[in-house]
Amino acid sequence: MQALRGITWLLLLQSLGEVLSRGLHLPLPGPVVGMLLLLLALRWPLVHENVRPVAEFLLQHLSLLFVPVGVGVMTHMAILSQYGVRIAIVIVLSTWISLAVTALVLRALMRNAAEPDGGGNASAPPAVTEEARHG
Amino acid sequence: MADFVQLWVYLSSTPLFGLTATLVVYVIAQAFYGRMGQAAWANPVLWSVVVLALGLTLTGTAYPTYFSGAQFIHFLLGPAVVALAWPLWQRRVVLRARWGRFCLASLAGGAAAALSATALAWLLGLPHDVLLSLAPKSVTAPVAMGVAEKLGGIPALAAVFAVLTGMVGALSGKYLFDLLRIGRDATGWMARGFALGTAAHGIGAARALQVNADAGAWAALALGLQVVFASVLIPLVARLL
Repeated sequence: MQALRGITWLLLLQSLGEVLSRGLHLPLPGPVVGMLLLLLALRWPLVHENVRPVAEFLLQHLSLLFVPVGVGVMTHMAILSQYGVRIAIVIVLSTWISLAVTALVLRALMRNAAEPDGGGNASAPPAVTEEARHG
Repeated sequence: MADFVQLWVYLSSTPLFGLTATLVVYVIAQAFYGRMGQAAWANPVLWSVVVLALGLTLTGTAYPTYFSGAQFIHFLLGPAVVALAWPLWQRRVVLRARWGRFCLASLAGGAAAALSATALAWLLGLPHDVLLSLAPKSVTAPVAMGVAEKLGGIPALAAVFAVLTGMVGALSGKYLFDLLRIGRDATGWMARGFALGTAAHGIGAARALQVNADAGAWAALALGLQVVFASVLIPLVARLL
C-alpha cells in the first residue's frame, strides 16, 4: 500500500510539474519541476513515509531504466558509422574533462571548508582533509 | 518448426517480448557484474545494451517493436527524476551548510562537459545537429532529450549520447580518479561520487552507489543539481551564442 501511495505521489508531482512547466513556459522539464515540488513536499510526513521506499527502489535500479534508450543506438548506426570515431573522441574526452574538473574543484572547495564555516551540523560527514599526499 | 516460427513471430510482436527481454538480459548482466566483483568493464548497462541490440539485429526485430514493450521501463525515468528529491532531502543539512560549494562544483563540471563537448565537436567538424545533440550529453537521458529538442538537436541521438557518456564515466571513472590521486576517505568518496553524478548522470550514479553507499548519495545529489542547472543554463547559453 505504501509503495502504491509512493508511486502515486511521484506521478502526481511529475504531472503537476508537467502542467507548470508547459503552462508557465518554464525552462525546466516537467519531471525536474516535479523533483523540486517533491523536495518541498518531503517535509510533510505523509509524503515522506510513502515516497521513501519507492524512491529508494527506483534509484537503486536506475541503470536498468537507461537500457531501452541505450538499445536505440542500433537505429543510429548510419550516423554512428559515418562519424563514429569523431563522436567517440568527443564523448570520451569531454566526459574525462568533466569528471576531472568536478572532482578536483569539489575537493579543493571542501579542503578549504575543513575550517568551520558556521553551519556544519551533526549529520554532516566530517570534511576530512586528506593528508598532503599530492606530489 | 513452422509452428515454432509462427509462435516466435507472434511473441516477438507483443509488448510482452520487449519488456521481458529487457528484464531477463539485465538481471543476467547484473548477476554477471556481481560475479566479476563489480569490475568496471562488466557494467550491466553496457552488456545489456550490447546483447539486446545484437539479439534484435540477428532476429531481424525492429527497434520500435522492441520499444513497444521496453517503453514501460523507459517510462519510469520520469518518476525516477522526481525521486531524485529523496537523496537531496536526505542530505539537506549538509546541502544547506555547503550549498554554495556544491553548486559551484556542479556548475564547473557541467560547464566543462557541455563546453568541451561542443568545442571538440566543432574542432572535429561534426555536423551542426550532431553538435547540438552532444551539448547536453552529461545530463540524464530524458532531460538531455528535452534540452536537445530546445536547442534544435536530435532528441533520440541526444539520449544515445547521454547513455554512452554515462557508460564511459562508469567504466573509466575509477582509473581517472586514481590517476588524479582522489583518495578513498570521506572527502575522496564525496569528490568521486559527485563527479560521477555530474559528468555521467544516472549511469555514473548507479556505479557510484554500487561501489560505496556514501559516494552514491553524493552522486544522486550531483545528478539532481546537474539536471536543474543544465536544463536552465544550456538553452540560455546557446541562445546567447
